[in-house]
Amino acid sequence: MADPYALYPARIVDKSEESPGIYTYRLRLDDDALRERFVFEGGQFNMIYVAGVGEVPISIVSDPEDSHLLEHTIRVVGRVSGAIGNLKEGDVLGLRGPYGKGWPLETSEGKDVVVITGGLGCAPVVGAIEYMFRRRDRYGAIKILHGVKTPNDLLYRERFDEWRKHENTEVLLASDQPGKTWHYHVGVVTELFDEVEIRPDFAVVMMCGPEIMMRMAAQHLEKRGIRHDTMFLSIERNMQCGVGLCGHCQIGPYFACKDGPVMRYDRVAPYLAGGW
Amino acid sequence: MAAQVLQKRDMDALFGVLQARGFRTLAPTVQDGTAMWREVADSAELPWGWRDEQAPGHYRLHQGDAGRCFDLVHGPQSLKNQTFVAEEPLMRVKRVDGELTFESCVPEPVPTALIGVRACDLAALGIQDRVFAEGEHADARFRSRRSSLLLVAVHCTRAQPTCFCASMQTGPEAKGGYDLALTELDDRFLIQVGSNQGASILSELPTESADCRTQERARRAVEACAESQTRGIDRSNLPGALYETDNHPRWQQVAERCLSCANCTMVCPTCFCHRVEETPSLDGEASERTRLWDSCFSSEHSYIHGKNMRPDTKHRYRLWLTHKLASWIDQFGTSGCVGCGRCITWCPVGIDITEEAAALMEKP
Repeated sequence: MADPYALYPARIVDKSEESPGIYTYRLRLDDDALRERFVFEGGQFNMIYVAGVGEVPISIVSDPEDSHLLEHTIRVVGRVSGAIGNLKEGDVLGLRGPYGKGWPLETSEGKDVVVITGGLGCAPVVGAIEYMFRRRDRYGAIKILHGVKTPNDLLYRERFDEWRKHENTEVLLASDQPGKTWHYHVGVVTELFDEVEIRPDFAVVMMCGPEIMMRMAAQHLEKRGIRHDTMFLSIERNMQCGVGLCGHCQIGPYFACKDGPVMRYDRVAPYLAGGW
Repeated sequence: MAAQVLQKRDMDALFGVLQARGFRTLAPTVQDGTAMWREVADSAELPWGWRDEQAPGHYRLHQGDAGRCFDLVHGPQSLKNQTFVAEEPLMRVKRVDGELTFESCVPEPVPTALIGVRACDLAALGIQDRVFAEGEHADARFRSRRSSLLLVAVHCTRAQPTCFCASMQTGPEAKGGYDLALTELDDRFLIQVGSNQGASILSELPTESADCRTQERARRAVEACAESQTRGIDRSNLPGALYETDNHPRWQQVAERCLSCANCTMVCPTCFCHRVEETPSLDGEASERTRLWDSCFSSEHSYIHGKNMRPDTKHRYRLWLTHKLASWIDQFGTSGCVGCGRCITWCPVGIDITEEAAALMEKP
């Protein structure tokens, strides 16, 4: 009988530091058959387990076409992520997944994609951006709008510079607070909307960040004529089982782990940042 | 098979047949001033003569009719703990020569006969089936225990003031999902069959065909029980109406009474939230993962990255009640409430889900 909590050993093949306290791990499942069977889509997550410490949900940021090496970016924020941060190449973790609904990457082909992110990390959307740039000719204009609180919070600075080099691509950054080395917009991310052209009937919006920020952004975009069912949000909640059994990640009538983490705005709108 | 009659003096035959078939026999017994499920050898251990008295925030046992063994409606325990155990090992992790091994803990089925199951709890078991056994990620532990159950229901002939199963259409008559169902009359039980296994067991019991009068008396007793219920929930506008109550002042009013103690979620026969605890060995070479019941009323339930998504009692109570009566329907195609009334009885301040639901449906 299948056990939804069953874990499988996965080895750290490579560990790299993105920024202080942020690491990307490449993991390889030990079991050959399991590795061959493993299929995922961008935006899905795995439960990652550290022996003697516990489990956390971490989104898969690598490309779905290479499911043998699974990349996960973690930020050291809590007990379990702290323990993951202390691991090194060759160490073994437990892994189960993939879980949840990912980004609409295939159905967005041929369209413009607007990516809006706020705050630290935003690993769930980094995988989607890299996916699209690896298949650049399949998408229309790509616009990446990223907001941070202070200039020091800008992670992946090199990645943003790389993305900017692609054709038909705009990368706009905003920081709430100014800084000596900050040459970009000072203010909130929604103010960047005035600087980009968004074609409502040709655009798909992908968002990741605090719920309050995503709600503000969606309300702005709504005024620009963007339909609710073309906006997709990555929802972050306390997920302990990943399979809709433990109850913690509920947001309104949904389980973020199985109905999300990527959810369409028209479904989740009433429950964002409202104590649900 | 037509309904049969089993005389009360022959009741031990039922225990005997079940035990001969390898079942351990469990029944509600009087313990700690309430009704608790416990393994019993024969009918002498049933709560003969006991009856309960329930009201919001109130539970007492009294001596009643000495000839009755199922007058005690229910205690805080439903069947939940028989299938989804309050605390159980999930997995054993070992480190051997740098390699990690994971051993899932799935219990071996132990044939278990539950004698005296109420209609509300049977309905709740059906709801738990949808949550734990019928989804894409069915839980092996639940299924193992569930498959080993034999269910002898008792149609209720007494209702508590807190009971509202009639309005939830789950009782007082057990509507199926049982192997055998009893209706308790003065000197006898009417027995109905609900499964092939039930029919086979019945064929070994010293029963006779039920005469019309016995059947009529049994039917009337259950009907009268339904009619005696005073509480209820108007479900005609559910689930939709509850989703429109986001800013209803009633949420704040109930939050001012609610202690966030989680009693309602512990006694609820359908609440399924759980968390997993990690217990590493001192030398770090092994660890055990344990699953425990959790409650949406705890501050940790929605905690992530330094933020509490449901920051106070108002939001936690709103999630709980909305989940029970509305979002459960969207998630699992059934109400999450069966009308057992336990959350009303065992709430230390007597908060009443039927009263809150009615107030929320009213315009503020």
